[in-house]
Amino acid sequence: MLVSLNWLKNYVDIGEISPEQLAEKVTKSGIEVESVEYVAEKSENVVVGYVQSCEKHPNADKLNLCQVDTGEETLQIICGAPNIAQGQKVAVAKPGAVLPGNFKIKKVKLRGVESNGMICSLQELGIEEKYVPKEFAEGIFVFPEDVTVGESVEPLLNLNDAVLEFELTPNRADCLSMLGVAYEVAALLDQPLQLPSEEVEVTDEDAADYIKVEVEAKDLNPYYGAFVIKDIEVKDSPLWMKNHLIAAGIRPINNVVDITNFVMLEYGQPLHAFDYDRLQSENIVVRRAKDGEKLVTLDEQERTLSEEHLVITDGEKPVALAGVMGGLDTEVHEKTKTVLLEAAYFESSAVRKAVKDTGLRSESSTRFEKGIDPNRVREAGQRACQLLTQYAGGKVLANVVESDQIDRTEKKINLVTSEVNKRLGTEITAEDIADIFRKLRFHFEQDLEEFIVYAPTRRGDITIFEDLLEEIARVYGYDNLPFTLPEGEAQAGALTETQQLKRDVKRYLQSAGLMETITYSLTSSAKISQLISPEIQNLDPQAVALSMPMSEDHKYLRLSLLPELLSTISYNQARNQTDLFYFELGKIFVSQEKMITSQPSEQLRVSGALSGKWMEHPWQQEKKEVDFYVVKGIMEGLFNYLKLPVSFKKGTIPQMHPGRSAVILINGKEVGFIGQVHPALQKESGLKDTYVFDVNMEEVIAEHSAVPSYSQIPKYPSISRDIAFIMDKQIPAGDVKQTIVELGAPLVKQVNIFDVYQGENIGENKKSVAYSLVYQHPDKTLTDEEVEESYTNILHNVNEKYDAYVRS
Amino acid sequence: MKEQLETIKQEALGRIVSADELKELQDIKVAYLGKKGSLTSVLRGMGKLSKEERPIIGELANEVRETITTALEEKGQKLEELALEKQLEEEAIDVTLPGRPVNVGGEHLLTKIVEEIEDLFIGMGYEVREGPEVETDYYNFEALNLPKGHPARDMQDTFYVTNELLMRTHTSPVQARTMKEFDGDQSVKMICPGKVYRRDTDDATHSHQFTQIEGLYVGKDVRMSDLKGTLDQFAKKMFGKDREIRLRPSFFPFTEPSVEMDISCKVCNGQGCSVCKGTGWIEILGAGMVHPNVLEMAGYDPKVYTGFAFGMGPERIAMLKYGVNDIRQFYTNDKRFLKQYHNA
Repeated sequence: MLVSLNWLKNYVDIGEISPEQLAEKVTKSGIEVESVEYVAEKSENVVVGYVQSCEKHPNADKLNLCQVDTGEETLQIICGAPNIAQGQKVAVAKPGAVLPGNFKIKKVKLRGVESNGMICSLQELGIEEKYVPKEFAEGIFVFPEDVTVGESVEPLLNLNDAVLEFELTPNRADCLSMLGVAYEVAALLDQPLQLPSEEVEVTDEDAADYIKVEVEAKDLNPYYGAFVIKDIEVKDSPLWMKNHLIAAGIRPINNVVDITNFVMLEYGQPLHAFDYDRLQSENIVVRRAKDGEKLVTLDEQERTLSEEHLVITDGEKPVALAGVMGGLDTEVHEKTKTVLLEAAYFESSAVRKAVKDTGLRSESSTRFEKGIDPNRVREAGQRACQLLTQYAGGKVLANVVESDQIDRTEKKINLVTSEVNKRLGTEITAEDIADIFRKLRFHFEQDLEEFIVYAPTRRGDITIFEDLLEEIARVYGYDNLPFTLPEGEAQAGALTETQQLKRDVKRYLQSAGLMETITYSLTSSAKISQLISPEIQNLDPQAVALSMPMSEDHKYLRLSLLPELLSTISYNQARNQTDLFYFELGKIFVSQEKMITSQPSEQLRVSGALSGKWMEHPWQQEKKEVDFYVVKGIMEGLFNYLKLPVSFKKGTIPQMHPGRSAVILINGKEVGFIGQVHPALQKESGLKDTYVFDVNMEEVIAEHSAVPSYSQIPKYPSISRDIAFIMDKQIPAGDVKQTIVELGAPLVKQVNIFDVYQGENIGENKKSVAYSLVYQHPDKTLTDEEVEESYTNILHNVNEKYDAYVRS
Repeated sequence: MKEQLETIKQEALGRIVSADELKELQDIKVAYLGKKGSLTSVLRGMGKLSKEERPIIGELANEVRETITTALEEKGQKLEELALEKQLEEEAIDVTLPGRPVNVGGEHLLTKIVEEIEDLFIGMGYEVREGPEVETDYYNFEALNLPKGHPARDMQDTFYVTNELLMRTHTSPVQARTMKEFDGDQSVKMICPGKVYRRDTDDATHSHQFTQIEGLYVGKDVRMSDLKGTLDQFAKKMFGKDREIRLRPSFFPFTEPSVEMDISCKVCNGQGCSVCKGTGWIEILGAGMVHPNVLEMAGYDPKVYTGFAFGMGPERIAMLKYGVNDIRQFYTNDKRFLKQYHNA
């Protein structure tokens, strides 16, 4: 809402306060003032001049030579505007004048003839092009005749006005009117309020003889008032009204349209003027539209309506879409003589639906959508009639033809002073509260500490005690509330075990050298099916899509964190950022329903993508590219840190390198995978070799125990033994290790692989794998015999099971 | 015999002095003091001496042995020192060569801010709660006093999945869920960080996905001044103790009265500059007293229980605190961006 201060001053005296100070006051009490703008930069030495004569320039076709009386003197001015004519009153910038943009006016010679000033257009005086009335858009501005020659144009054209832009929250629809703003400002400044008069002189004729009003859809239209005004002369509206409209951001059109707009801005009540003579009957019928019914609106668009829309009809066909836009056929035009003025209350639901379906949002529909004041509907109509009498020569017929079921009562709300203080933490007295309601102009009854407050109908947002509480607090000043802390019982705050575990996992990965990322949860149709972990894929998850996505890139709820992570890797690689070690902790969304009806299961995962040099130390000739074992080491470290028994088995995962991927198992249960992204997908995604991991955090949380049980630090020495087996190349070294672990239990505490060799001396298709075993007994020192017995048993059984023999 | 001992002594000492390797000292030790050494063999002849001579010679022999031993030890120590010195000299390296690099990871800036706020409120006795990102219309809107058709729903453009399911537009549904879980008769003190979604086109100031942290305190006799005090503590801890806060009335459907909180601009110290658009204040969060309808719907009697709630955007806080000027940076994950804020 654009609030012109010159306009506002008609209703409330704002005294010496500057526009900026007022903006600050209004902002602090609840309505944010987005900006303070001045209609135009200061213009000096611009006055009204009378064009005494206007002749062609002797040496230029398109220029005119004018003699202009500016009161004190007559100036010879050359003017190029096409609409200049003798007898006009115009805005003259005299030599020495400074126009907006620091444009200085000097005496000049144009084609050999002297010109002592400039006749101005509104644009030249700083008014935005879009507000300039069409007739003056291409030329100079012409004043109405009643202005005085020599008068400064600044006040005449409202150039000295400041406009405050109110950023209204949905509850403050009352300030979509100048009167609403006036109530607010009067309360804040504690100033008297001057409301406009709605008095109007009427003729002997009765409007009821001209029109019948019938409302069928009373639920959506509790009040409809029709005024009839005859002998209208459509012409320009008065300059002051034009100025107000321009300041409020509305372009003046003609007096009838301007008056309906002016009253809408003044009262917050949208009005509509029909050309009475173009109505096909003497009936106004308000009803729900029929499905498929059509109406050509003012903007010359044909609209197809439905039963959810409310229309004004002439008894047969629609003439307006209620609260949104009038019909083209009954539009007021230059020759209109008799106007039917509609002042009505349309329920916001009906208007909102029509706006949504037609895409027509207007100053009028916005007000209906947010709710208007039932006590200002008829009154706004009367105000408009008054102005039409004054400025359009109209004769208003007696009586307004109405359909009236509207509730105009003010809601009663009880309030006790002690409760106010208990809720706000203040020590406000009953007198203070009474004073606040007086300033706000809320009616109330007071019995010592107790109040009955009548919420004014202009403030539809006030319905309960808490609403009054806010009114009291904001007028009292949020600044004046004390600072306290809740006095309730103290409670220990802490992260839950799961929340702590999530932080631990992040910390581990960070200290392992990985950077945390956050990517989008919404992904594209190409990515939705990529790199889904086998244990999720087994659930046959269905892709969940948004019903109205903003873009194809963010349409589906992700089933894996990896595709978006890979995008961040390729994004960085495309920008020459190499050596990327990224992880993310986030949710996937799993639904098994083909037609989704319930919330998907949101499952936490931790995933990573690594690409580039894991380590490089050139002068010592050390260099290591990220490979499978780098990622596996990070995973082993993670599960070791979390004290979860992890194992890996070769697995085939779609979009992963078939020879370089593995499934991760905890306690034998599949919880994710690691490996290299399939070279085909790498190529398609513009990725250099990239290795990933993907772990189901839900399983980790389920398996993890926060308090590890104590195990005795061994007191007795351990004994090490190494064995190297030569075995078939195909045999997984890890399988043999597992066998050794099982055979060696309980004396073997640790088995590590410390060497793998393939090549000369051991035969083709063979490899040698060296294992180191650590023996230890909790209660005694082991003897050589005991170790030897276990060792021999291992050799024997591994040989039997894998046909592996000891390398000597 | 006396002379013999004296000769041995002189000879041994002479050899010790000229020895320049530990090995040599070992040989000397063997040659004089060993089982077959010359001193030992002299001593072996002691039996032949008279009863009177024996203690004198014995004493002398011991003295010779001690002298040689001491000389050996001293020389040995000296040679060891020399050897160590030599070794250290050989082991010297060029300390100006670069070290072996270590990969250092780090947390995302948003995580840092979220955890900082979590820890701050945990310290004030709050618990951290989480909730689903795909919400029901009921919890996202209706339970928060936003019935279907409520004009304020327009404030939040929503990604719907079905008519009843949507991407949550704020973390407030976690409030409603928590209160419902607590069943209307215990106080609630929680914050809930999380991802939220709006139907926005991504640009420098809009993101279809962003982060929010909501706080809720419900109890008996909770006052609006408690909200003010709590927010003041938060602002001072988060932005510095010389920051001041200002509350302005505002509107949210789920609170009444509603509040917008500003902090005094750090750049200009409240004098007005381009960062605060000349106002001296910067908008940080929205808050208010929980609307009685919200309490009631969650099973709390608004005549007995009152409370306050607040909600803030970590992206906005990060942008203010660290000068990030494009919200997309948080989700693009450019390595150069991420690195800047590690250990920030």
